[in-house]
Amino acid sequence: MAAQTLFDKIWESHVVRAEPDGTTLLYIDRQLVHEVTSPQAFEGLKLSGRRPRRPGATLAVPDHNVPTTDRTMGIADPLSAKQIQTLEENCRDFGIMLFGMNDIRQGVVHVIGPEQGFTLPGTTIVCGDSHTSTHGAFGALAFGIGTSEVEHVLATQCLVQKRPKTMEVRVDGMLSNHCSAKDAILAIIGKIGTAGGTGYVIEYTGSAIRALSMEGRMTLCNMSIEGGARAGMVAPDENTIAYLKGRPLAPKGELFEQAVQTWRQLKTDTNARYDMTVTMQAEDIAPQVSWGTSPGMVTGIDQRVPDPQTITDENQRQATTQALEYMGLIPNMPMTDIKIDTVFIGSCTNSRIEDLRLAANLARGKSVATGVRAMVVPGSGLVKQQAEQEGLDHLFKEAGFEWREAGCSMCLAMNADVLQPGERCASTSNRNFEGRQGAGGRTHLVSPAMAVAAAVEGHFVDIRTWK
Amino acid sequence: MQPFTTLTGLVAPLDRANVDTDQIIPKQFLKTIKRTGLREGLFYDWRKQKDGSQDPAFFLNQPRFHGATILLTRDNFGCGSSREHAPWALLDQGFRCVIASSFADIFYNNCFQNGMLPIVLKPDKVLSMMNDVFAMPGYQLTVDLGSQTVTTPDGTRSRFEIDPFRKDCLYRGLDSIGLTLQHEAAIAAYETQRKAEAPWLFTDLCHNQGRA
Repeated sequence: MAAQTLFDKIWESHVVRAEPDGTTLLYIDRQLVHEVTSPQAFEGLKLSGRRPRRPGATLAVPDHNVPTTDRTMGIADPLSAKQIQTLEENCRDFGIMLFGMNDIRQGVVHVIGPEQGFTLPGTTIVCGDSHTSTHGAFGALAFGIGTSEVEHVLATQCLVQKRPKTMEVRVDGMLSNHCSAKDAILAIIGKIGTAGGTGYVIEYTGSAIRALSMEGRMTLCNMSIEGGARAGMVAPDENTIAYLKGRPLAPKGELFEQAVQTWRQLKTDTNARYDMTVTMQAEDIAPQVSWGTSPGMVTGIDQRVPDPQTITDENQRQATTQALEYMGLIPNMPMTDIKIDTVFIGSCTNSRIEDLRLAANLARGKSVATGVRAMVVPGSGLVKQQAEQEGLDHLFKEAGFEWREAGCSMCLAMNADVLQPGERCASTSNRNFEGRQGAGGRTHLVSPAMAVAAAVEGHFVDIRTWK
Repeated sequence: MQPFTTLTGLVAPLDRANVDTDQIIPKQFLKTIKRTGLREGLFYDWRKQKDGSQDPAFFLNQPRFHGATILLTRDNFGCGSSREHAPWALLDQGFRCVIASSFADIFYNNCFQNGMLPIVLKPDKVLSMMNDVFAMPGYQLTVDLGSQTVTTPDGTRSRFEIDPFRKDCLYRGLDSIGLTLQHEAAIAAYETQRKAEAPWLFTDLCHNQGRA
């Protein structure tokens, strides 16, 4: 058999049928569902009199709309409440497992899938959410889909797909102290551009990637979509297996052993070819801060805000000018001079226990700067519980951070956690689009460590030299 | 789904690259449980000035582009969030075709699920059409899916590429779930074989599993 990439192996083991032109009916092992992109899919099933083919292959959770304050009394916003109620009704009507808003297992959909062991190597996983790429950290083919396709998967457990191309993103060496998976993925997007991965599935390889924890790999794969790639993946290894062992929805006993045998084969063969390869050296990656309104508009903390006048490409110059105007930044100012008034630590990118441990330890004995509002939103109820058992909540609260309930929160501001016009936020989330965190709000994407340092100093600082 | 065969219509210009789906329809409009009525949210933040009034410079607020059915824009249109509310909002506004120099994957895919045709043309072609749209009031294009062409008012034809399967579904307005269900036997056979190879993927969840 010809040498295959990790992607090739997963793709080929999921082909139900293929047409001569390459159009493929691909089997989907698992679907995750949340309240925002599913109501119309369930409505479609009802209108056509269809039932889910395998309701037990789907897991549902409300996350986008949920308040991050005490919610035992329900939700004040009637539209949000209605959407969550609709999800509950649909799951009941169609027999789908749901972690309700007050279930300890509730959380951001891309945090709870791995946490529960629902996300497994070698599987195909979809969700009506572009950050489904997160699950690729386990060596799964995981990608975001629209609501019509959510309905399609519910009804058929399949999707009609064209085979994407493969891109290897190889990062060798060792990330420098205080540089994280977040800095790596921001630097990668800065290099390939926000559309660089369009039409591709990325496999992240190299010694710097191998050295990442599962949390780090999730952060990395999560933002593949910000580089235009619907999916990103890391081959499973012993870290992956150790992470999954004993998770509630992971296979148990002999079945687990059998699965592990298969998972150990899931890697790219030595002579396999990718359609494209991008390489980076980990030591070259500085802590990253985005300056613009697209995740590719990013630079190292030791750099300056770009000057449109030095950009020769007309489209790029125009885009940079527009972005700087929206962001209220002056060309050539040092990145460390950018003052912030809000800090958000959370989202499907950076809200797992490892992120919170690192952030809490940096916040230990420090105080959030006067005039800065800083909030920490754990990725799930279980992450929150774990953090509290370790006393991380105290470290945050003593430093002046707000400690909240789990959800998507200010990453996209569908709940009450919203930036006001002109407010400037250091955010561990994934998108710095105009208005993403609130109309007129200004977002700078950073790692959790950089977010803590910015909260304490009131402006961005180089975490490598921060005391 | 409404079939798409040919369309002759007024063209509206959105002269920007990397337009993300958060811009096409901001999050406050995603709380709906319906597919319709999303026009109100289309480009909501760009339609308004800082004081909240409608911005007369924005193309959707200009009477000359009222009734447009074709949107002309630049690279990487529809990037970011997978929200299908983006094509729903465009459709609700009356757009049935988007022409751009490139699209983000998920948005591109979502268009076909809704009887909308996304067309990729070369950047220089898009640029010249963009200039003409601004210069010529009432500028129209004719899109013909059958021959895969876009025709300008002076009769110049540009061919575009489209996947044959998608073209057929769109042209005939086929229900894609219905099409997949015709392959029920193949799906069942796949499941039987897969269950033998990877039984751990078939321990299905229950609605009430793990509930206290």
